Amino acid sequence: MTTATARISRPGHTAAKPARTAKSRERALAWARRAPLLPALLFLIVVTQLPFVVTLIISFLNWNSLSPTKTAFAGLENYVTVLTDPDLRQAIVTTIVLTVSVVLASLLIGLGLALLLDKKFIGRGLARTLLIAPFLVVPVAAALIWKHALLNPAYGLVNGILTWIWSLFGSSTPPQLDLLSQAPLAAVVVSLVWQWTPFMMLILLAGLQSRPMDTVEAAQMDGATPWAIFRHLTLPHLRQYLELGGLLGAIYIVQNFDSVFTLTAGGLGTANLPYAIYQTFYYANEYGLASAAGVVVVIGTIVVATFALRTVFSLFKKEAAR
Amino acid sequence: MSTLTPAAPQSIPQASPGSMRARRGKSRMDPTRNNTAAGLAAWLLALLFASPVVWMILTSFHSETDAATNPPSVAATLTLDAYREFFGETSGVSPWPSLINSATSSILSTALVLVLAIPAAYALSIRPVKKWTDVMFFFLSTKMMPVVAAILPLYLFARTVGALDNIWFLILMYTSMNLPIAVWMMRSFLAEVPEEMLEAAQIDGANLLLILRKVIAPVAMPGIAATALICFIFSWNELLLARVLTGVVAGTAPVFLTGFVSGQGLFLAKVCAAAVVISLPVLFAGFAAQDKLVQGLSLGAVK
Repeated sequence: MTTATARISRPGHTAAKPARTAKSRERALAWARRAPLLPALLFLIVVTQLPFVVTLIISFLNWNSLSPTKTAFAGLENYVTVLTDPDLRQAIVTTIVLTVSVVLASLLIGLGLALLLDKKFIGRGLARTLLIAPFLVVPVAAALIWKHALLNPAYGLVNGILTWIWSLFGSSTPPQLDLLSQAPLAAVVVSLVWQWTPFMMLILLAGLQSRPMDTVEAAQMDGATPWAIFRHLTLPHLRQYLELGGLLGAIYIVQNFDSVFTLTAGGLGTANLPYAIYQTFYYANEYGLASAAGVVVVIGTIVVATFALRTVFSLFKKEAAR
Repeated sequence: MSTLTPAAPQSIPQASPGSMRARRGKSRMDPTRNNTAAGLAAWLLALLFASPVVWMILTSFHSETDAATNPPSVAATLTLDAYREFFGETSGVSPWPSLINSATSSILSTALVLVLAIPAAYALSIRPVKKWTDVMFFFLSTKMMPVVAAILPLYLFARTVGALDNIWFLILMYTSMNLPIAVWMMRSFLAEVPEEMLEAAQIDGANLLLILRKVIAPVAMPGIAATALICFIFSWNELLLARVLTGVVAGTAPVFLTGFVSGQGLFLAKVCAAAVVISLPVLFAGFAAQDKLVQGLSLGAVK
């Protein structure tokens, strides 16, 4: 810790000889500035960083709690298993497919909604409130509603509406969907897109409303088409908001557990890495393997997070510069 | 409906007298028709997005037989039976302990987050430490580590020290889960306190407590409240940690909900009633924080 303090005291002050008291006073001042920060910092290091170090250690062990006598150093064996075991490999693919499709779809729909809400119309505030509602349903509850009230093949609302529409035309053989057993991953994606679109919409709407209007007005004066304005003025301005929404969304959706757990219980190729890890340590008691899979998730997240941090940082620098 | 106001100020630039030029430009493109179409599309989509929520609420007031029909019985008679069932009228299993656990863990962890995050945010914005940006990004990086990567050691630790199924251990977990984002949100709100005001107060010889109370609190209070509400929502929603670390004693409402569907007989109305009850606190908190929701959720990057 002393090195940190030494670095922080300004070199200009060390030159003078009687600066001994001034220096220690400055040091005390620096610590006084730092003091409010320390409880939060220490708490986080103890609760998040230490466990991860332990995870890292366990990931190199052959440890199944059901046969504790066989615990031994395993080298990279667990990592080889993570990358070769068909179930875990499937989980990696599922995680990527799930995250990418949910983020892209909710960004696109969110962009459309934000563009609509950016215009003035009757009841705009209420429409905005209605659009936020999906984000404010407890995720487990939302997954249960999708599973039982909307997508249930026998009496879910989706099939109910299909029956109703077909009966309007006198047909008694309406098409009936069974998304949960025919395309379970699509069911998970649809429910997550429903939940995350409001999040994207809010961020993009804020981006739209921070757009400098004078250039848009000048372009309109010059007879630019709405599409040209969108393509050359709005979209470039929105770029960093799109990135921010996409990356923050990705960080949350990579970690999704609730939807997979509730909608499909990880069946039929919908188990993503968080769910697979949960099963590996909670039910199969393979501690070493679960830890190695956890480390793989962290590595994947770091890749995404590096981009996320860069985006957040560029917005952040702009704000800090003001 | 004061929650609806945020949309209003943003529309001012378009209508302000300064933009006469724009108004003329727009009239060429027939703004009324354009906006009617956009409004219609927005309303259709808003209703589409809200329909699962509306359906959930409507079904929760239907009887089990009316809830499970194809085509749906929209106009069926309303009843509170599903709510009575959810609160354990026939099964005798009350959801109250889990709801109380959820409230305890969410409220106490949020309080703990505020106690830790407010001083930290102060040291990152109003009187910043050197290299404060590095500290900020350290906080953020801990949030990017997925819970699954740390959950096994936490579980083993809790089992060793006998903290499994203990609400206090869960409270500590939720505090660490929300602390990084709370620091980010709070810093962005504290940074809005004008520097001139702080300087003026210091020149007038105001002490720290007085500055905190009279200068910082009035500007930052709405932001602090929004941060608290968002942390409350995240804790209330959390499932994975609660499922792994709690059991019969400290189980939270989401855990209760996952064990609620037996798959036997008709249960649709009951499930909807349960979902409504459990989502109510989040809906209230979310709409209360609506003004600052974007700034909070984007960690202060978007105003």
